[in-house]
Order: sequence, then structure tokens, then C-alpha cells
Amino acid sequence: MRRLKAQVSHLFLPLSVLVLLIVINLIKGADYFSITVVNGALYGNIPNILFGASELVILSIGMTLVTASSQGQDISVGVAATITSSVFVLFVLNAGNATLLTIVAGFLVSCVAGLVIGVFNGTLVSVFKVQPMVATLILFTGGRSIAFMIDGKLSPILANDISNQIGTVIPGVPIQTPIILTAVFIALVAVLLKTTNLRLYTESVGINPSAARLNGIDPKKIIFLTFLIMGVCTAVAGFIAVNKAGRHDSVNLLKLIMMDAILAVAIGGNALSGGKFSITGSIIGAYTIEVLNRTLLRLEVETETIKAFKAVFIIILMVVASPVVGDFAAKALRWVRFRVDSGTVPETGAPEAAAASDPDTPAKKEV
Amino acid sequence: MRSENVLEMEGICKAFPGVRALHNVDFALRKGEIHALMGENGAGKSTLIKVITGVYEKDAGRIALNGRPIHFRSPKEAQNGGIGTVYQEIALCPNLTVAENMFVGRGRYAFVQWKRINEKTTRLLSSLGIPARPTQQLSSCSLAVQQMIAIARAVDMDCRILILDEPTSSLAEDEVRKLFELMRELKSRGVGIIFITHFIEQVYEISDRITVLRNGELIGEYEASSLPQIELVSKMMGKALGDVAKMRKLEPLAPDSGVPVFEATALSSDAGVRPFNFTIQKGEVNGFTGLLGSGRSESARAIFAADKVTGGEVKMNGRRVKISTPLHAMKQGIGYLPEDRKGDGIIAELSVRDNIILALQVMKGFLRPFSRKQAEGFSDQYIQSLNIKTPSTNTPVRSLSGGNQQKVILARWLLTHPEYLILDEPTRGIDVGTKVEIQKLVLKLAEDGVSVTFISSEIEEMLRTCSRLIVMKDREIVGELSGMNLTEQDVMHVIAQGGE
Repeated sequence: MRRLKAQVSHLFLPLSVLVLLIVINLIKGADYFSITVVNGALYGNIPNILFGASELVILSIGMTLVTASSQGQDISVGVAATITSSVFVLFVLNAGNATLLTIVAGFLVSCVAGLVIGVFNGTLVSVFKVQPMVATLILFTGGRSIAFMIDGKLSPILANDISNQIGTVIPGVPIQTPIILTAVFIALVAVLLKTTNLRLYTESVGINPSAARLNGIDPKKIIFLTFLIMGVCTAVAGFIAVNKAGRHDSVNLLKLIMMDAILAVAIGGNALSGGKFSITGSIIGAYTIEVLNRTLLRLEVETETIKAFKAVFIIILMVVASPVVGDFAAKALRWVRFRVDSGTVPETGAPEAAAASDPDTPAKKEV
Repeated sequence: MRSENVLEMEGICKAFPGVRALHNVDFALRKGEIHALMGENGAGKSTLIKVITGVYEKDAGRIALNGRPIHFRSPKEAQNGGIGTVYQEIALCPNLTVAENMFVGRGRYAFVQWKRINEKTTRLLSSLGIPARPTQQLSSCSLAVQQMIAIARAVDMDCRILILDEPTSSLAEDEVRKLFELMRELKSRGVGIIFITHFIEQVYEISDRITVLRNGELIGEYEASSLPQIELVSKMMGKALGDVAKMRKLEPLAPDSGVPVFEATALSSDAGVRPFNFTIQKGEVNGFTGLLGSGRSESARAIFAADKVTGGEVKMNGRRVKISTPLHAMKQGIGYLPEDRKGDGIIAELSVRDNIILALQVMKGFLRPFSRKQAEGFSDQYIQSLNIKTPSTNTPVRSLSGGNQQKVILARWLLTHPEYLILDEPTRGIDVGTKVEIQKLVLKLAEDGVSVTFISSEIEEMLRTCSRLIVMKDREIVGELSGMNLTEQDVMHVIAQGGE
């Protein structure tokens, strides 16, 4: 119970933003949650959001881990996914007939490509101690050219049924395939966290690498490991993206998605300076960003100005979530409580503890 | 009201929700005296200081400055009223110059007259005998000089009262000397100094009077010259010193009593210790002693492979083993509590539970996490046996007091059931009560057959616990002492003679 409470207070920010956006959508039209069945598959706002955010969710999971361990961000994720997917496309097109086997094999090969990218970035960051953002800037700059070279031509087309089904829906299955793949991926990550000490090691390294080392954890290995996991994330995201698109566009595939991935991590309540992390938070953050994008579209904001509105929303969000406002809210809350209870003060020891526990209260009320 | 008192406080009360931090405390500071404020953690020292400086508002009582009642509502007001405060952690900007640090945030001018400021800084620094240049970057000064600059900054604001909260805890011995010289200089100028520290020796070296607080109450005010150390400690702890006096270290072992638990030959590390030989027997308590920088910590780190080992041979129970990373050392049954608790010890944001299980969990392996229940069990067990004061196992270790943080790290290593435990400064910066608890624990461990290497900058503490002292100087072992009745003089003698 106590644990649940801690969890909820941690997720207060992303959840409340999500709720706010949904309320805005419901005001705009009460049919927001309506789901229709087309050709045996579910369509509607919710499935669209889950569908649209797939790649972002997967990349933000990797970004969370990289942030936690290396205390920095990987800005090459979109580009890396473009490279891994170009490897996938190359493999599938060269294999002649696209069968399930060639698709799966192509995916595995693209995972290897993702791991190679992870090794590259991870080595720069962990062994050579390059700032993560600078290290990944290299691939960010040159990566799309590499993808283009692997492709050999502009936008090769993936014209086969299996790719189409992976990118949209498998006949007879009511849920779109990317949603299922994302769910499976999240489940795998959950299992990984449950059955290993990934969390303890990563958080220790992110908070205090020196102390972690003196307790037998090799910070280099852990940072390296998180970049490898990131490599797999990019391969999966690239795989979903290219199958959704049906063709491999080296220039525009998942363009600038790293910004949203970093934002998802931040909205999820994670410190960008590393340390303790919440993957659940980042996942909710990623879906929140997708909801935000679609809300702006639904509100018929002009496509050209949509980014400006998004920026304004994010500024407000970040200010509200800042510790400054948090402290103020906690103080205000204490004052109100003090007035209401007239004299009976909360049973917390130091004022610090009171400030820390206060922000929980609105979470309890709202959820 | 006597006129020589610059500060008088009477009947000060302050309560926080659920805690009575100060109850009816009187305190008086004379002009030109150094007055030590003593008490264990949680005795109310910091609260009293914060009441003086306007950080907290008192619930009841009177404060008078130079005979006039005052009521500061913010630290800024207190500063303007002539009360300067310097805290343990130096609150200056390391990347600014000395002069910039002296004046940052104080000018009201749009244009800064650097030339004038630099001149003014030079004058101030030289008048206080602080060895620094105004244009020098602060980070290029030693910690002591930085601390002195912080004091100079406080003093420059025409201050009558200077509050020093643990100013010496991160300083080396010779740096402490310099700081004391500065304090004496200020004293001779009539500044009243309130000095808070955990180092009892330092209190006696410099203080004129001592006020003792315990559990938020005033125990008494004493002339330093008429209060024996042992009595001060017992007043702070609130119990007779039978406990401390009863503590009896173990008889030194005969040099040939069996195969040593740990044996190093010509061990060296890249931290600059000269190759050294070292052994420890089962159930022995020994320690590296020497002045700061003599290599005592570096030797301990070399044993645990905390620094890169560059040569030498290591045997565990007579068997040759390879220890080139901390993990190797841990797997051989060695535990290491580092000198720098914040920097190398605790993982601040992680829970008490995670901090306790960390070492054992790492030894068990990445792929084999403890269940939540096991982890809870382990941490509950040691929270109880070491009497760690924490609201829950979930509390971030950062929010515990220094002494309790140290106990968490001790718990971490005790949980691994080490054969050989290295404790580097386990009692630094923690209150007397916990200090004694830790010393007793060390002796108890030794009785149970654990070998312990105990390092402390307080020689007296080492004399009380270690049956064998390895004396170091200039990163080399210069001698060894063992016996039940060693004194500080014996150690000094070896240091003085060593290496000549």
C-alpha cells in the first residue's frame, strides 16, 4: 500500500497532464473515447494514440535507461533507428521473396546493427568519457548518410503482405500490430527489470559512480549495457516505423524523435541528470506527447503553428513541475491545512519531511 | 545584563511539529571570546544558530545584541546586524576569483569597479593574514584558504559575532592550525566567535568557554579550562563515562599466531603509496596511523583495490589470490568503508534498504536479485542491531543524519559477513555517542573473529581500539607499535624518527 502510494505520487505529473488533455478532448467532443470496428479491427482516438506513439514509447524506454546511467541523453536515436531499419530493408529486399522467416531474420539482423550502434555510442561514453550528447551527436550528424548508403537508393519500397500486416493490422486480430509489439516489448522490459538487478545497478551508477565502483559495480559496464539496450530499442522502433511507412525514407524516418523521447523522460518525472528512474513514467510521458499532438490537431490548430502551441504547453508543464512551484504549493498547502485544522499540526518530524510528503496529497485526492 | 556580553539569549524555545528542538535555553557570548557550542547530533545546536541568524523564528524567549533586544526575521537582517555565519560546506563559487567571491551579491551598483574591489580585497586578506591573491581563482586555493576566505567575507561586513559551524571537518591538521590563527586574530579584534565542532581536542585548543546542549535543553556553561574532557563527553552523552572507560581493547597477538587472514607483499597502487608489506591476523584490530597525507588511506585503498593496484602479491589465509578490482576483494571476504562518506560511501538518493543490501547483492550477482522480502529482512535486521534511526527502510539515505548514514554503510559490509573489514575514518563528523558505539562494535567484531583495520585522524581513538599501529609517513611505513598502553607520544615519536 505504501509502495503504491509512492508510485502514484511519482506518476502524479504525467498522469495529471494526461487527464487534463483527455478532459480538453472530451470538452471538444464527447465522442472522444468512441471506438469503431473496421474490417474486424478497432479504430478510434485511443487506438490511434497507442498506434502512433509505438516508436516513441520504445525509444523513451531506452532513453530512460541511458539517462539514468550516463547522466546524459542519446540524441542519435531517430537516426540510429533509420540505420537499423535500412539494414532490415536491405536484408528483406535482397532475400527475394518476403516470407515470415526472412522478415524475422531481417529483424534480428537489424537488432545486431542496433547493438553495433550501441557498442559505438557506449564505448565513446563509457570508455572515452565523452559527454553522451556529444558522443551521440556524431551519429546524429552522419547517420542518415550511412542509412542512405546502406539503402543504395532513395526510399526503397517494402511491398509485401507481411510488412503491411506488421505495420497495420493482421486480419482477424482486432488490435493493430504495432500496439501489440509495443506491449510485448514493454512486458519484456518489465521482466528484465524484475529478474535482474538492472535497476539497482543503473541507479547506483547514475547517482554515485564512485560509490558504485567501491561496491563492486563497474560503472563503465553498466553505462555500456544501457547503450546496448538502447541499441535494441532503436532496432525495434526502426522495425515498427519502416513497416508502418511501407518504405524506407532515410531522410525523414523518425526525424527529430529524440526530442520527444527526451521530453517523455522528463514528463515521466525522471531527472535528466540521471539516477533514480521510472520507466512507467516515461511510457506515460510518451503517450502524453502523442495525445498532445493529436489534441492540437483535433482543436484544429493550423499545422504550421502546431509546434508553437506544443512549445507553450511544454513550458507551462515544466514550470508547474519545477521544484520551485512544488515548494510553493507545499507551503501553501501546509498553510491551508494549518488554518483548517487550527493548531493541530501534521505528525511529520522535520519541516523538510513535511515539504516532501505534501505534494502527495493532491495525487491521492485526484486519483 | 553585563555590558561585556555581545549576545544574550534567554529562555529560548523552539518547537517543530512533533519535536521540541529547544527548551528554555540560555546562551551568552562575550566580546572577544571563542565559545564552543557542544552537543550530540540533534541536541539543538543548529536550531539555536538558526534562531540567532533569523532562519527560524523562536517560539519564546529574548535575544539581545549589545544589550538591545533584537528580532531578526531573515539571515540577511542578521548579516546586516553584524552576525556572520560560515557553514561546514563552503558556500562560495569555486570558478570565480577570490575578489569576486568576496563581493558577489553584495554590490548595489550596475557597474563593478574591479580595481577598487581588488585593492580592498588585498587589504582585507593581508590584514587577516590569508595567503591568497584577489585575482586568483577560488578553486586554486586549498580548502583551508577557501574556508578562511568565507570567514573573511563574513567578517568584512562589519561583523561583531562570527558563527563557525563545523569549519574544520574537511581540513587537514596544518590547515586547522591556520584557521585557528585567524580565529585568534579575530578574537583579539573583539569579535565574539561561536564555534561548533565534533572535534573535542580542537575545542580545548581554542575555546574559552563551552556551552553544552542535550536534547534541546541547556546542560550548562563552563570555562574550558575547568571542565575535564571526559566530563564534557559525559555531559554531552548524558550518561556516566563508565561505558567508555570499560571499553577494553584486545591484547596484541603474538606475531606468529597462525597464518594471517590477509597478507600483502610489496603492494603498491597508482595513488602513490610506496610498495608496502602488511599482515593482519584473525580477530586482530590494527590500524594505519600518521598525519593526513601520510598514505594511510591510500594503503587501505590499495588493499581493497579501490585505486589501481600496480604491483605486489596478496595472500588470503595463506593462499595467493588476485585482487585487482573492489569486486575481487569483496569476493575474498574483504569489506571497505571509505573515508569520504558522501563521495564514495552512500548512494544518496537510494533507500536505506538498497544501500544496506548493495554490497551483498553485487556479490550475489547481476542476474540474481534478492526478493523484496529478503531485502526488507536484511535491512530490518541491521537497522535494529545497529540502532539506525530511520523512519522506514524506504527512506532515502540522504535524509538521515551523518552518524546514521555511516551506520548504514557499516550495515552494508556487516551483511556480507566479511573476514576482514577496513574502516577508514568511520567516526569522522559524527556525534560522540555513535562514535563510541562504532568503537565498541569494532571490538565486538574482533572478538567474533573478524579482522579489522581501523583508521582515524583522532589518534586517541585508534589507541583505544587498535592493538597494533602501523605508522606511516610520506607514503611509507616507518614503524609499528603494539601494546596495551600506547600513548600519542609513542606514535609521535615514531613519526618524528621515521624515515630520517
